[in-house]
Amino acid sequence: MSKVEVKESARGLAFPYRIKFEDRVENPPRWLSPLLSIVAVVIALLLGALVIKIAGGQPWAVYNHIAKYSFGSLGVISDTMVKATPLILVGLACSIAFRMKLWNIGAEGQFFLGAFGASMVVLLPVLPEDAPKWLFISTMAVFGMLFGALWGFIPGLLKARYNVNEIISTLMMNYIAIEWNNYFIYAVWTDKGFQMSRMFQRNAWLPRLSDFAKRWKVFSGLTTHMGLLFAIGAAIILWFILAKTQWGYEIRLIGDNPRAAEYAGVKIGRNIVLVMMVSGALAGLAGMSEISGVVHRLQGAISPGYGYTGIIIAWLAKLNPLAVILASILFGALILAGREVQPSGIPTLIQGVIMVSLIASDFFLRKRVRVIRRVEE
Amino acid sequence: MDWLIILASGVATGTVLLYATVGEIFSERSGVLNLGVEGMMLLGAMSAYKATAATNDPWIGLLVAMLAAGLVSQVHAFIAITLQADQVISGLALNFLATGISLVFGEGLTSLRDVVPQLPKLTLPLLDRIPVLGRIFFTNQSIMVYIGYLFVPLAWYYINRTRPGMHLRAVGEYPAAADTLGIRVYFLRYMYVFVGGLLAGLAGATISLSISPGWFGSLTTSGQGWIAIGLVIFAQWNPVQAAFGAFTFGALRRLVLDIQGPSTILGLANPFFYNTYYGFFLKMLPYAFTVIFLVIGSREANRKRIGTPAALGLPYIRGQRGL
Repeated sequence: MSKVEVKESARGLAFPYRIKFEDRVENPPRWLSPLLSIVAVVIALLLGALVIKIAGGQPWAVYNHIAKYSFGSLGVISDTMVKATPLILVGLACSIAFRMKLWNIGAEGQFFLGAFGASMVVLLPVLPEDAPKWLFISTMAVFGMLFGALWGFIPGLLKARYNVNEIISTLMMNYIAIEWNNYFIYAVWTDKGFQMSRMFQRNAWLPRLSDFAKRWKVFSGLTTHMGLLFAIGAAIILWFILAKTQWGYEIRLIGDNPRAAEYAGVKIGRNIVLVMMVSGALAGLAGMSEISGVVHRLQGAISPGYGYTGIIIAWLAKLNPLAVILASILFGALILAGREVQPSGIPTLIQGVIMVSLIASDFFLRKRVRVIRRVEE
Repeated sequence: MDWLIILASGVATGTVLLYATVGEIFSERSGVLNLGVEGMMLLGAMSAYKATAATNDPWIGLLVAMLAAGLVSQVHAFIAITLQADQVISGLALNFLATGISLVFGEGLTSLRDVVPQLPKLTLPLLDRIPVLGRIFFTNQSIMVYIGYLFVPLAWYYINRTRPGMHLRAVGEYPAAADTLGIRVYFLRYMYVFVGGLLAGLAGATISLSISPGWFGSLTTSGQGWIAIGLVIFAQWNPVQAAFGAFTFGALRRLVLDIQGPSTILGLANPFFYNTYYGFFLKMLPYAFTVIFLVIGSREANRKRIGTPAALGLPYIRGQRGL
């Protein structure tokens, strides 16, 4: 008897609601996805603060520093945009590949090969030293994209022909690309024994805002360069391709339902190779823009892992090319101002936590939460 | 150039890959692809080194490394198994997370070189007298190498010949059927992701406490976690083949490092000795070989129609049709 009484009183005291997760039958509301992303980023920053605290750092000082040195003045905003430029391009590179569920994590290597191709125009040289600026820039862009595309073509072909896992092959190509560049930096194009090439002549530099300081005073000292226009242009073109053209439809169809795509007569193998090449070309253009717009020479440390950050950016932007621009600015700020933060692993850590919490938050896109009142029995 | 020494140190280098590969085999056999191996190894290497520096006991370091990597693997397990997210992207996220944690907590460890004790090295009596093989496999090797020799057949036996091993395979091949037989699909998947984490941590600790002692940031593992994932495919999810692949790979890595030493090879002038810059091409080789191994592995899998666990990468949702 007493046992039953305990049970009943427990039931009486129990929380009268319970939470249930159900599959969504209809599409989630449009506002939910961006809202979830923002919440996920905020939660990630809080979790990151906790880890920094455990590691013995001062989280609020770190975040304050990052905010101040990335958005605090016109000058640093311009620097943030400089960091965002390659990130937009690699973010787009990842987005188009991921849209097809093609896991290109080789944007880093394609970035390095793009930088190599662009440098080749100046250092080989492909063009005479006094060629006009517009010719230099367009040739460098084409070479950067070609070499990036080549680096995407290899794993793409292996995937289409032999079904070789593209995750591993693209990643291995990253390590190969870095050694490839190193050979040329150390052995071929070395500048008086230093591990870098000579400085490019000025007509191989992308124009910067500060170049127009004579006409508009505001621009003096601003480092934002024309690569940003390439990046935004690429984002708009890619958005148009994915949303409005038949090819974009095929890419999305293969990503969502490869079997249906096959029955519809979409050539999957050809699209794998093609998308890997476009993806590689975008990452290659990022390398070109960084070389020609910022570094102005070929050297080893041209990327603090842009290609890997591109993966997170693509995911944060939900593979939407226009949203990639916004996400890239956020991560550009993190990379720019994170350089001075100690311990030096913090930006990587924050990126990791953001990505984990983003993926966890996707759960709520697929499920709906229902709070159900317990029915009294 | 002493070929036996290269092969012997190849075995030592391969042992790292061996643990990581077999760990990933456990995880993938249960149906969960975990791309976070590189990050987990890095975390293992860092925590092993840090714990050993604090306690002066490498065995405690080893234990801490395994636990740390095992714990962090559960982040992936939760997202992939319970939240049913895409395993590729979740594994990549784990990689970033574990790498970030390792870099933050590994700050300042680089300077501790030569202070931190290492795991012991042994020469096995009698076995080292076997001609050629004795010098390659049983002379002055790290204790982790010998544990590896014992571990591979045990892992093979466990997966293929025991009841829990059968449950493991069932969960990875046909979780719905396993579920109806009362096998706890979710629990087993969590557990084998944990086992994969433990072994990746062990692999990392083997690097930092024994094979190439020290902490060098993300260079400590330098892509070996990714090579291990590639080896799983090459090994067709079989621990014995994984051992073969890992040792071959280890020997290749060593060969690449050592080939620059002598001025002549087999009586011919050694181009790598006279132009050290060619060394950059040598350094590409392990990664290029991984791609070649992948091509071979994929073709074999196509030919034999075996290998990949059928439910690999797919979340199991109870009550839904399909695998």
